[in-house]
Amino acid sequence: MTTVSSMFSAKLVVPAIGDAFRKLHPRALVRNPVLFTTAVVALLLTVLLAVGGEPLPLGFQVQLIGWLWLTVLFGTFAEALAEGRGRAQAASLRATKSDLVARLPDGSTIAASALRRGDEVVVETGDLIPADGEVIAGVAAVNEAAITGESAPVIREAGGDRSAVTAGTRVISDAIRVRVTQEPGQGFLDRMIALVEGAERQKTPNEIALTILLVGLTIIFLIAVATIPSFASYAGGHIPVAVLAALLITLIPTTIAALLSAIGIAGMDRLVRFNVLAKSGRAVEAAGDVDVLLLDKTGTITIGDRQASEFRPLAGVQAGVLAQAAMLASLADETPEGRSIVVLAREGFGAAATRLPDDAEIIPFTAQTRISGVKSSAGLIRKGAVDAILRAHPEAASSAAAAELRRIAEDIARSGQTPLAVAQDGRLLGVIALKDVIKAGVRERFSELRRMGIRTVMITGDNPLTAASIAAEAGVDDFLAEATPEDKLALIRKEQQGGKLVAMCGDGTNDAPALAQADVGVAMNTGTQAAREAGNMVDLDSDPTKLIEIVGLGKQLLMTRGALTTFSVANDVAKYFAIIPAMFVVLYPGLGVLNVMKLASPESAILSAIIFNALIIPALVPLALKGVTYRPMGAGPLLARNLAVYGLGGLVAPFVGIKAIDLAVAGLNLV
Amino acid sequence: MTIEGWTLILLFTALTIALAKPVGVFLFALYEGRSTPLHPVLGPVERGFYRLAGVRPDAEQSWRAYALHMLLFQLVLTVFTYALLRLQAVLPLNPRGLAAVGPDGAMNTAIAFVTNTNWQWYAGEGTLSNLSQMVALTIHNFLSAATGIAIAFALFRGFARREAGTIGNFWADCTRVTLYLLLPACVIYALFLVASGVPQTLASSIDATTLEGAKQTLILGPVASQEAIKMLGTNGGGFFNANSAHPFENPTALTNLVQMLSIFAIGSGLTWCFGKAVGNTRQGWAILAAMMVLFLTGAGIAYWQEAAGNPVLHNLGVAGGNMEGKEVRFGIAASALFSVVTTAASCGAVNAMHDSFTALGGVIPLFNMQLGEIVVGGVGAGIYGFLLFALLAVFIAGLMVGRTPEYVGKKIEAREVKLAVLAIAVLPLCILGFTAISAVLPAGLAGPLNKGPHGFTEILYAYSSGTGNNGSAFAGLTAGTPFYNGLLGIAMWIGRFFMIVPALAIAGSLAAKKYTPETAGSFPTTGPLWIGLLVAIILIVGGLTFLPGLALGPIADHLAMISGRLF
Repeated sequence: MTTVSSMFSAKLVVPAIGDAFRKLHPRALVRNPVLFTTAVVALLLTVLLAVGGEPLPLGFQVQLIGWLWLTVLFGTFAEALAEGRGRAQAASLRATKSDLVARLPDGSTIAASALRRGDEVVVETGDLIPADGEVIAGVAAVNEAAITGESAPVIREAGGDRSAVTAGTRVISDAIRVRVTQEPGQGFLDRMIALVEGAERQKTPNEIALTILLVGLTIIFLIAVATIPSFASYAGGHIPVAVLAALLITLIPTTIAALLSAIGIAGMDRLVRFNVLAKSGRAVEAAGDVDVLLLDKTGTITIGDRQASEFRPLAGVQAGVLAQAAMLASLADETPEGRSIVVLAREGFGAAATRLPDDAEIIPFTAQTRISGVKSSAGLIRKGAVDAILRAHPEAASSAAAAELRRIAEDIARSGQTPLAVAQDGRLLGVIALKDVIKAGVRERFSELRRMGIRTVMITGDNPLTAASIAAEAGVDDFLAEATPEDKLALIRKEQQGGKLVAMCGDGTNDAPALAQADVGVAMNTGTQAAREAGNMVDLDSDPTKLIEIVGLGKQLLMTRGALTTFSVANDVAKYFAIIPAMFVVLYPGLGVLNVMKLASPESAILSAIIFNALIIPALVPLALKGVTYRPMGAGPLLARNLAVYGLGGLVAPFVGIKAIDLAVAGLNLV
Repeated sequence: MTIEGWTLILLFTALTIALAKPVGVFLFALYEGRSTPLHPVLGPVERGFYRLAGVRPDAEQSWRAYALHMLLFQLVLTVFTYALLRLQAVLPLNPRGLAAVGPDGAMNTAIAFVTNTNWQWYAGEGTLSNLSQMVALTIHNFLSAATGIAIAFALFRGFARREAGTIGNFWADCTRVTLYLLLPACVIYALFLVASGVPQTLASSIDATTLEGAKQTLILGPVASQEAIKMLGTNGGGFFNANSAHPFENPTALTNLVQMLSIFAIGSGLTWCFGKAVGNTRQGWAILAAMMVLFLTGAGIAYWQEAAGNPVLHNLGVAGGNMEGKEVRFGIAASALFSVVTTAASCGAVNAMHDSFTALGGVIPLFNMQLGEIVVGGVGAGIYGFLLFALLAVFIAGLMVGRTPEYVGKKIEAREVKLAVLAIAVLPLCILGFTAISAVLPAGLAGPLNKGPHGFTEILYAYSSGTGNNGSAFAGLTAGTPFYNGLLGIAMWIGRFFMIVPALAIAGSLAAKKYTPETAGSFPTTGPLWIGLLVAIILIVGGLTFLPGLALGPIADHLAMISGRLF
């Protein structure tokens, strides 16, 4: 959890102050039209002060102008601070990047930055991989801690789904030949640095729309303020430019404008801290809009390994016999499934043997036979898929026992479990039921998602019977059984035609079309280069469950923008009531009744409103950087809550704040 | 304030809400181009018109074509009206032998009627011939109303259609609305008015003997026919200068109630029609509810202020509410209510002089117009104006549910925001901008009759009325000068078409978008929360802009009145 103190640590704040001044450059400032307007007004008043054209007390003018400049600086500071935090994140990445050296196949070495797409390099034990690429020869263990923070090495090999390597990661055994897949400056690491730094940051569609709204409001309020001198002259008076300027600046949405880019950068930064890289800000926004989540069953909904849950002997076979045989067949099986069979046999049936007979000969599992087992003086025990066992025992295939075996197996499948047949010396004994274990808490997650209006679809290679049962148990809304990559793609297209936004994650090359088609495609870092290219996000931890959190982060980003916009607009009511009476009381003394806050004097009222308007920016910086609190709930309650906090809060807060500042201003005799 | 007064206001509100669905059902049939019970009779007429004009009613138009055809049509009508007014002296049906209307006046009037404003700088009976009244003006009462409804239909289609390139056919929309809705309704309505005592004749006047035995010449004319569409089409331009305060325009308490209801009838029906068009009538009800909240608040304040009366007069021993400028026949409640109704909608008919309202009673009509007349609003114009605010509200607050803002299944993005803000900015630009010019230039300062803040209010009111296409006058302002005729003409034109064209562009942009189905995560645009939010955004964004002007006008006026000073 980021605390406010760490957010404002000197290491970040000091450079941010310098950057805040650098960002005053008109070319940088014009990207933010509201702040630009504020700066122009501040400049105008500064010039007017210099030529002495205003009939106002000097101290009042100086303070007013000072606070206007501070308003601008607070805005540029907020952005600089957000960038600084991103940059700190990037700095460690950049360190690994800076001194990479590439070894070419002919033995010569060049700087990694000189590598072009298509170049081939050789990386040996202990070397850092110089550029993003694809393994074209060899197998190696690679430590990707620099990127993922995970110290256990991963295997990278030519061909297949694990051929992608990332610049800055270290080969810790063997040697591989890598073909570079990125032009210099566009690699993974470069993109990540650019995103968190904000240097190359482009405005996202929603940010652009919001900026247009803010400009529109600025124009409307500009019209409202610019016409006042004429109205005042009708009433036989004159309003000083500085007072008009104060009204304008308090009315235009400086608060949200100042924080807008900080919110965007911070949102991106939160994602990076979460070890997810988005290739664009647009993808993060899309994550908030997602309507349908396609989730792979294994690893996301169920824990990867199945657990033995039951022994189902055939008629005439004692359960203990089946358990004993199943245990013997599994003792040498080091997979979690095999271990779970041993545990169940021992705990459920008190099966005695703890180790294999000395003369035991292990029959290993192969993809061809799909059978494993053990051969010893106790006989030949085999376990495997039901059809595989029956094939291995052709003599029993048409017997009544085989029919019963099939019936039991089907029964088990219908309950969402996987059947595993056991036979001893040619005799069919029964079936072990292997149960998919639903991850703790996923059911609640899915009902949360449902409340948020997000549908979850489970993708699995299981048959429809098993899939339906697991889907029901896990509480997903729908499932796609016996799913092929084409099915996935078709499902995504179908949902999108219905106007839905779809998110999915995937890792294999055959996932690439679906990842590209999905509105939010999260590629696993362990996946192929093709998958990583196709998706618009990459999860460095390769954890498919994160899709749910990514949606949350997207929503949080949008909510933060909305909340601060609403707050900023609602603020205007109080500011009107501070400045309008102060401005017009000289024309019509009766208008003093509009001074509902009973502010001490017109000058103090105007100054207090401007000070509030300036100070609210740094006060809201922590919120902008952390994001508003996000709880999964339906849109109705969410809106009610946020409207109460930021709408009503935005209405009331400035009344209190301006009054308090006015007391201080009057108490200190500042005007 | 009296029980009767409040009963009238609440009864009126209930009747308006009750009208929404029946009128909406009929409008929806026209919106879809489906058959109505009138088709067997009028269908051949419709088809005949299309053949005559070479229009293919099923030829769908893109928003650009729709806008272009609409604009050309308005331009031709404006020029035609201008020419007719300039030539009225030599044209027939001019029994009172009136002279041609001057160029600035004719330009102003042509625009006023084409834009559904019906701003009248003149006294109708003394300036316009019967031909001008019937042909040049009454025609617009129908066509400008039909145009407004057509634009609303086009915008509805933008929300309702999915990935479509077109938003309907302007000529078909206009013809259907005029032929099946406005004309038949007005025939019945006019007959009702005639039965209630409103004249309908080509005779120019009648001599009456008063109780004292004196002779009085009463001007007559085809009043009932103009009266019907004047209200139903929210036009507001009366046959007589006194408008609906004149006994020949509005003779009884019943005609008064019916007139007010007919102002709101189509606007209220359009909210239901919108809901139906986007596939969820609750969307329409939510809009009507927000409108009614704003309306009842306004009506309540106006009635309260008028009933409270003038403390300066109270001190002089004159008890009771403010009856200055009101018809004794109608009294305070019916007059205050009428003033709120006519300005909430862009009608502009009046049955009392708004200039004579108390300062704060007069603020409500003024503020209603400055909001853009979106509280029920002018036929068509009210709902499309309101929808622009709805888009803005969705965009400002919609992000707070963590999704890209959506409204009735359409994502609201940069283009829509840009166009909506552009359209909404037109209101302060024209109202405040032109008021500012008029408040400093001698030609402008010559206008107001009264001094001080009240005079300022007169100017502000005129431009609010013109830009909002309302047409009601605050009185007191001498507006028939080239200066005011010119600036108000521009204000009316901009206020109408700088809203319509962006609205059509939004329609085009929305129609092309995919439909996003509503889920539990979608921003809720029905229910009390949304209604409250809409009202708040309309008041803050649409209303606060005018606070400085209101403070220097009616509010200062009111405060002066409290301290015993009148203007």
